[in-house]
Amino acid sequence: MPERTATIASRSGLHARPAALFAEAAGNAGVDVTISMQGEPADEALDAASILSLMTLGAAKGDVVVLRADGDGADQALDSLVALLETDLDAE
Amino acid sequence: MQNFPGVGVSPGRIIGTIRQMPKPISEPPAGEQLPAGVTAEDATAALKTASQAVHDELKARAAHATGDGKAVLEATALMAKDTMLIKGAAKLVARGVSSERAIWESGSSVSEMLHNLGGYMAERATDVLDVRARIVAELRGVPAPGIPASNTPFVLVAEDLAPADTATLDPNKVLALVTAGGGPQSHTAIIARSLGLPAVVAAVGVDQLPDGMEVYVDGAAGTITAEPDDSLRAAAEAWAATASLLAEFSGTGATADGHLVPLLANVGGGKDAEAAAKLGAQGVGLFRTEFCFLERDTEPSVEEQAAAYKSVFDAFPGKKVVLRTLDAGADKPLPFLTDSTEPNPALGVRGYRTDFTTPGVLDRQLEAIALAEKQSEADVWVMAPMISTAEEAARFASMCADAGIKTPGVMVEVPSAALTAESILREVGFASLGTNDLTQYAMAADRQLGPLAALNTPWQPAVLRLVGLTVEGSRAEGHNKPVGVCGEAAADPALAVVLTGLGVTTLSMTARSLAAVAAVLKTVTLAEAQDLAKLALSAPSATEARAWVREKLPVLNELGL
Repeated sequence: MPERTATIASRSGLHARPAALFAEAAGNAGVDVTISMQGEPADEALDAASILSLMTLGAAKGDVVVLRADGDGADQALDSLVALLETDLDAE
Repeated sequence: MQNFPGVGVSPGRIIGTIRQMPKPISEPPAGEQLPAGVTAEDATAALKTASQAVHDELKARAAHATGDGKAVLEATALMAKDTMLIKGAAKLVARGVSSERAIWESGSSVSEMLHNLGGYMAERATDVLDVRARIVAELRGVPAPGIPASNTPFVLVAEDLAPADTATLDPNKVLALVTAGGGPQSHTAIIARSLGLPAVVAAVGVDQLPDGMEVYVDGAAGTITAEPDDSLRAAAEAWAATASLLAEFSGTGATADGHLVPLLANVGGGKDAEAAAKLGAQGVGLFRTEFCFLERDTEPSVEEQAAAYKSVFDAFPGKKVVLRTLDAGADKPLPFLTDSTEPNPALGVRGYRTDFTTPGVLDRQLEAIALAEKQSEADVWVMAPMISTAEEAARFASMCADAGIKTPGVMVEVPSAALTAESILREVGFASLGTNDLTQYAMAADRQLGPLAALNTPWQPAVLRLVGLTVEGSRAEGHNKPVGVCGEAAADPALAVVLTGLGVTTLSMTARSLAAVAAVLKTVTLAEAQDLAKLALSAPSATEARAWVREKLPVLNELGL
């Protein structure tokens, strides 16, 4: 299964507006995407399109997370989601 | 023309169409099962359709919002179709639970989880509960809870408004507030005055009027008239013309003969303070510090508090800012300070009294105030709420002295403090009358209760007498220590004249009322104000006190106040 790591760039972490923007993008990715903190088992990964899951993940700025997806277009979807996580969305 | 009399709490005369605030969504009964003939698949599909509809509605509203409000609406929209929330509900539906009950329970567990995470997540817990109520409303086919969304401005009619409703109330969309319940000191009244919206409370029967009906609202007289005629239309037009005149305050409160009565603002934080300074406030008479504590599970640090206080001090360099220390308890509970199981919270451990049960919080707040004062140019005065005895006043003064605060004072809200003002003022530098609580305690009438609205007015001669006694106490003490008023009473222009006549030295109010109070105050001399005070004290009832004083102040009617 394709996977990517990303370092959270938003100042407030994956909360508030950055979480909403990311969850929306993950929901529109066309494939099911999961997210977990680096080092956590894949079967405990959370639904990346769920803003509530993202809030419970509690990823802060500088934390490394793992995104996973399967199926057609998974690689492309993961690449664009990584780019989103590595942008400081609070600055926009 | 059908008339609905109520209690006018914020002046203004307008005509508009009604939108009723939907009733709160009731909890689906525990154990409610899927109706016969409805499969779990059908119920889950209905749930998903409802959640999508709520998402779309919130998303559409976000598109019209700006700033923080937009971000919150966007996040809330996503919560409506969140897999965590919906899957939790779908599992319950699969076990035969009704879709309404399932989403209700799923919402509870998600909200509790967020609450337990604390911080920012805990603040979002109530958004999940809001989304849950919206989905249940959608499933039931009833209007969504909360203030109705509308493209055109309307007269909002409700049973009563809660503090949480303020956040979603758009003053550009609401022409006036009318409630069937609530009293003159209710949250509806406070919200209306702070937004400058005409408002009438305790108008029995208005909750039965249909959406879209045209009404005339007179927020000074306290009446709502259905299907207004031409004379009322003219009155509304005349008000629109005078309202613009009443928006400007010159920045000096005084009577016709030049007796100065500084007009100050009540504020809750830095933004309020800046707005108040723009409206000409001569300082701050009441800075409610609990706003930086509310919705917190833990006490904010000294540095965080100091920054919040400094933001208010900075809006008034060289001017007086009277800060009230934490006033938690009763209608403002705080998890780390107050006991929510008290049988009688208004008479419980609240205000200054929380220092008896949770010592340390007040000391740290005083430390933060002193720190903020050092970094700013405001003239900072500090007062404690709910002081009942001279002994408490003395102890508070020594706590202030230890923290390096120069001007300690007390709120006079408990009748015992008014009665013993002389000995209390020997201990501290000033007193400020909180008329909302003083009225509630003098009349033994809960300020939130609609049926007690008639008792709960500061026009009650008993309350005016307590104000007079506090001023006499100050005179007897001998050092001309200031006695101000910072309750809602000061925002009523007629009452402001009476308070001035009673010898009150400053009036502090929501900044929107400054211009109206100044306009009326400058039409009377101090001697006339003193005569009006005597007249009000001699009245056998609050209704007569108000009517007699208003009759002698024709300017009120000219200005539509």
